[in-house]
Amino acid sequence: MATQNGLPFEAPIYQLEDRLRELLANAGSSPEHDDEIRRVRRELAETTRRIYANLTPWETVLVAREKNRPYTADYLSLVFDEFVELHGDKFFGDDRAMLCGFANLEQQKVVVIGHQKGRTYKERSACNFGCAHPEGYRKALAKMRLAAKFGLPVICIIDTPGAYPGIGAEERGQATVIAQNMYEMSRLPTPIICVVIGEGGSGGALGIGVGDRVAMLEHSYYSVISPEGCAGILWKSHQFAEKAAKALRFRSRDLLQFGIVDSVIDEPLGGAHRDHHRMAARLKQYLIKTLRELRAVPTPDLLLGRYEKFRRMGAFLDQASIDQSGQASTEAAGVR
Amino acid sequence: MASIDEKRGTARQPKRGVPHGLWLRCTGCKETIFRSEAEKFFNLCPKCGYHFYVTAKERINQVLDTGTFEEWDKDVLPTDPLNFHDNKPYSERLTAEQKRTGLSEAAVTGTGMIRARRVAFGVTDSAFIMGSMGSVVGERLARLVERATEQRLPLIIVSGSGGGARMHEGILSLMQMAKVSAALARYDQAGGLFISVLTNPTMGGVAASFASLGDLIFAEPRALIGFAGPRTIMATIRLELPKGFQTSEFLLEHGYIDRIVTRDKLKSEIARAIDYCGK
Repeated sequence: MATQNGLPFEAPIYQLEDRLRELLANAGSSPEHDDEIRRVRRELAETTRRIYANLTPWETVLVAREKNRPYTADYLSLVFDEFVELHGDKFFGDDRAMLCGFANLEQQKVVVIGHQKGRTYKERSACNFGCAHPEGYRKALAKMRLAAKFGLPVICIIDTPGAYPGIGAEERGQATVIAQNMYEMSRLPTPIICVVIGEGGSGGALGIGVGDRVAMLEHSYYSVISPEGCAGILWKSHQFAEKAAKALRFRSRDLLQFGIVDSVIDEPLGGAHRDHHRMAARLKQYLIKTLRELRAVPTPDLLLGRYEKFRRMGAFLDQASIDQSGQASTEAAGVR
Repeated sequence: MASIDEKRGTARQPKRGVPHGLWLRCTGCKETIFRSEAEKFFNLCPKCGYHFYVTAKERINQVLDTGTFEEWDKDVLPTDPLNFHDNKPYSERLTAEQKRTGLSEAAVTGTGMIRARRVAFGVTDSAFIMGSMGSVVGERLARLVERATEQRLPLIIVSGSGGGARMHEGILSLMQMAKVSAALARYDQAGGLFISVLTNPTMGGVAASFASLGDLIFAEPRALIGFAGPRTIMATIRLELPKGFQTSEFLLEHGYIDRIVTRDKLKSEIARAIDYCGK
């Protein structure tokens, strides 16, 4: 039964899905039977809509981590006409947690960079569950530079619990590579679009996350720390992950409100994992439209806009500017 | 005078303002030493040279010429954009930290002279919420870098940040990494010299942004420096970590820093590097 591995809050959906399957299997075509099928279908849609309209922050995390959710590799085949993988980081080794290569988006040649999690256990372990090592970030930067050299726009697909925490990762400069990626991406002379498709895990996400436009899928999350990590530090136990998830305000709508992302791409009813094709079509539409916009902007303006976009981020009070504007209130900058 | 904490990873409980004893047990050599003797000499152990914690204020006194420091952007102050609440509200935590440390935030920035060379200077203090980079730290540093670019000043940032990003400010905190890195990229393009000095501890989002972007990277001996915290790594790989892992010496060996510089030599080393780069 589907409920065994699924999301706990989706139980009512699974029940209705099972019921519908049963009805469809017992193909007696009496009018009552057809009515029943219609009724269950309607109820299923309503239930799904209700559940997904009221997801808690923690439930959003579970959806973002759902193992049937489309990953970078799925979008590579569903969104792009061709993908030509490029492996070399020319330094240490090939990181399977980072996919890079040429791709074709409706006649537009681009370079795609994306975290890959893997679906089967074997794939997941080869990809370290989407946690990239320094060689992954080096590979990403090398391919972005290649893109800039030959005038190709860059599309970054973000889906990682975080950069890999390990001995080798530290030895090979995990902190340095993430810093250098942000540094170089901030001035890379070609359009960059970043999309968080599932998990936007902290520095590991930001390592390929500096661009002219940053979007998120509706039920993805993008956070400074995992809810479990935050709970472990502030509440001293991972059991408080739900609480931490609520406090961190990391859902797509929150980030839109904070001015961190430019767009939220709606997911199909019941989440991207229910309909890969529809999700891919929406992502494709967003990418084509945004790419068209960005390609019309001259490079110096593009880079200035990118700088100012990130420069504005943050929330603080600025007493000096308040004094200058002659206001008495200290509530000024707020969330800018 | 700065106070000294006996424990390594001193950031957790710097016993500032607390009356303390005449004697001190050194974390490095376990010898009992005169506190005043260490405090007189850069907060170093007189026996083994162990580097104790120093406050931002003390760091400024040690590195810049006496009386030359002029603070910038002290009017940029923290707020609580998430209404974050763990065991106490973030706004209360901020007030408590400000009171305890005498700092308005974890970074102090401004300008001053190093052996008569004007520089833009920033320091993060691990006593203030682990020296973590909230919006104010990011904003003060970004403005520092921008002013250094405009005024063509060499830039020195001394990092002491165990916390990396600041959870209490969520995603806004994370984005400070990109913001400061982008400012540094422009400074670099304008030909500026950035000397990054890493002290104990420099971890997470601070290590993974400005601290690792120096044209020159210096580190104090035996500082803890890295991306992921040792406990996180141990929990992931379930293995003991090698001795000396994530120390300054480990980073030097693996090629990520240029020089290990003891605190008493820091000022002259910075001055010399500025001269070599003709700034």
